Amino acid sequence: MPRKSPELNTGSMADISFLLLTFFLLTSSINTDMGITRRLPPPLDPSVKPPEIKQRNIFTVLINQNNKLLVENAPSDITLLKIQAKEFLSNPGNDPNLPEMEMKDIPYIGRILLPKNAVISLKNDRGTSYDMYVQVQDELTKAINEIRDDLSMEKFGVRFSQLTDENYIEAVKTAIPITISEAEPENVGGQ
Amino acid sequence: MARFKKKGSKGLPGINTGSMSDIIFMFLFFFMVITTIRETTLFIRVRVPQATEVQKLEKKSLVSFIYIGVPMQGKFGTSSRIQLNDQFATVEDIQEFITQEREARDEADRKLLTTSMKIDKETRMGIVSDVKQELRKIGAFKINYSAAKGKALKK
Repeated sequence: MPRKSPELNTGSMADISFLLLTFFLLTSSINTDMGITRRLPPPLDPSVKPPEIKQRNIFTVLINQNNKLLVENAPSDITLLKIQAKEFLSNPGNDPNLPEMEMKDIPYIGRILLPKNAVISLKNDRGTSYDMYVQVQDELTKAINEIRDDLSMEKFGVRFSQLTDENYIEAVKTAIPITISEAEPENVGGQ
Repeated sequence: MARFKKKGSKGLPGINTGSMSDIIFMFLFFFMVITTIRETTLFIRVRVPQATEVQKLEKKSLVSFIYIGVPMQGKFGTSSRIQLNDQFATVEDIQEFITQEREARDEADRKLLTTSMKIDKETRMGIVSDVKQELRKIGAFKINYSAAKGKALKK
């Protein structure tokens, strides 16, 4: 009969693994990175003249150094911005002051009435606070996302965020692109 | 009867702690999997703004970070500063930083590189605009304004 080997004392094993655990807890962070994704425009070519855009196709949003909003040349508030942006981007009553509409052929969706080239022009001052800027970007994104949701509901029966088919997502994105153009910032209020 | 004879000691039997380490190890692996190791030590205070329409940053390895905020220690001043990797930087350093970040990645991945800007909410847009202009010049067009998910409108 072979001799039984003596048992190892595993009591301290737990201590060691606890130490490792605390080490990892301290050096790591759980937070996942979230944020608003944007695409910057390529640098302007000075020799190329910027294309003329009709006034009705531009939705101007100005933020001054006191974080006050001027939307379409009228003072506004952040709480109203989403509704205003939505109205501009969808132009429900084909208002002549709102962007030109055009029948567009989008794969998987078919022919629908969409703004021809509606652009949201965002301009901020150098003194604007970043918090305000992100809030404005957030509200504009919300407006676009809600319009995308509506379209997706109508055509595919689910909300845009719940679409799984890559083709459908692309189709909705093509139909309603994120058209936020940022002007060169102004320096009125100083640093 | 001999079978029911009690043993001498009446103390509680010792608890077997052998499986304790297994449980802790399971915890350890769980945390190792769900967390990410902090790579940079921040010298500046960054409290990102809150927003509702946030998207998750995908592919962590293809993200380079730019931090902007007020230095934590008073000796570095009270105006907003830029931090790249582990040191303070100026707006002029950004182009070089992006070039370095690109060179560290595979040729095929370079186009997918995203720049995540972690900016304190008290920051003025001036410095942010400068950084954005630099990013435009170097061609790093994909950016992400880091924000926490939450209610943005407090009014």
